[in-house]
Amino acid sequence: MSDELTLYGKSFSSRFLLGTALYASPQIMRDAITASRCDIVTLGLRRQNPANRDGDAIWQYIQQSGCTLLPNTAGCRSVKEAVTLAEMSRELFDTDWIKLEVVGDDYNLQPDPFGLVEAADILIKKGFAVLPYCTDDLILCKRLLDVGCQVIMPWGSPIGTGQGLLNRYNLRTLRERLPDTPMIIDAGLGAPSQATEAMEMGFDGILLNTAVAKAINPPLMAEAFADGIDAGRKAFRAGLMQKRQTASPSTPTIGQPFWHQ
Amino acid sequence: MITLSLNNEKVSLEPETPLSLALEQWGFGEGNVAVAINGEFVPRSRYAEQRLVDNDEVDVVKPVGGG
Repeated sequence: MSDELTLYGKSFSSRFLLGTALYASPQIMRDAITASRCDIVTLGLRRQNPANRDGDAIWQYIQQSGCTLLPNTAGCRSVKEAVTLAEMSRELFDTDWIKLEVVGDDYNLQPDPFGLVEAADILIKKGFAVLPYCTDDLILCKRLLDVGCQVIMPWGSPIGTGQGLLNRYNLRTLRERLPDTPMIIDAGLGAPSQATEAMEMGFDGILLNTAVAKAINPPLMAEAFADGIDAGRKAFRAGLMQKRQTASPSTPTIGQPFWHQ
Repeated sequence: MITLSLNNEKVSLEPETPLSLALEQWGFGEGNVAVAINGEFVPRSRYAEQRLVDNDEVDVVKPVGGG
């Protein structure tokens, strides 16, 4: 049975979105992308000396992967910076898709919720398909939907920390209150089990980078995350049992030998 | 000559140099870049007509890995 992820009218068989930064080499990044079975990769734009060709191989491998490109506005600290970088990305990568990041704090890289909504509003009016990296605040997510975002990407925990799902109450609330909105957990996951848990909770996909790129064996870790995401998704669709306080035997008690009243 | 900032480094150019020519001179002639001047995006279609002036702040970016 088909179980595709649909974002802005485009369908994907994989629910794993993978970042392309921090790998030890372009070849390892390429192998990790392949092992992840992902359909979408994130990437960025940076100032570079023209003599520096380091990024060329990465860009070449990303193009060869055939994955849908999701450029980001990582590092932008104002609405204007984010909007300008999004416009530069749209031209260079020939896509309206943008992972919108507006950093509000240098210590934990927490998104600036006010700047995020303002930038999303501007970009959507300019024709962008905005995928906002946001906190797990329900009202923020509702405001992002109000301005036209069709996808929400709340954090599990701060970028690169590997802390997993820090605020399950907020995440469950988001899932319950916005049941029809595609939601992707973006950032903070460190282990495939954390991705599985997020998918079991009903989130629609997982975006991560550091947990794979900084593994000892990135391609193997990418495969582990892909398997974990698939398992969590299947479990969500299958329907988890309700937890109980008291034990209940799984083997029938009727016909039990050696039974004494 | 005029002095301007290219990716936060001082450079000199002939006055009124078109952006298209400046990009070639700076080694970005092969394309695959995007440009902003003074924080405003400049589309590729305007490179030939966009003249650089004294104290312009030019950002030229290329693809990199990102998360």
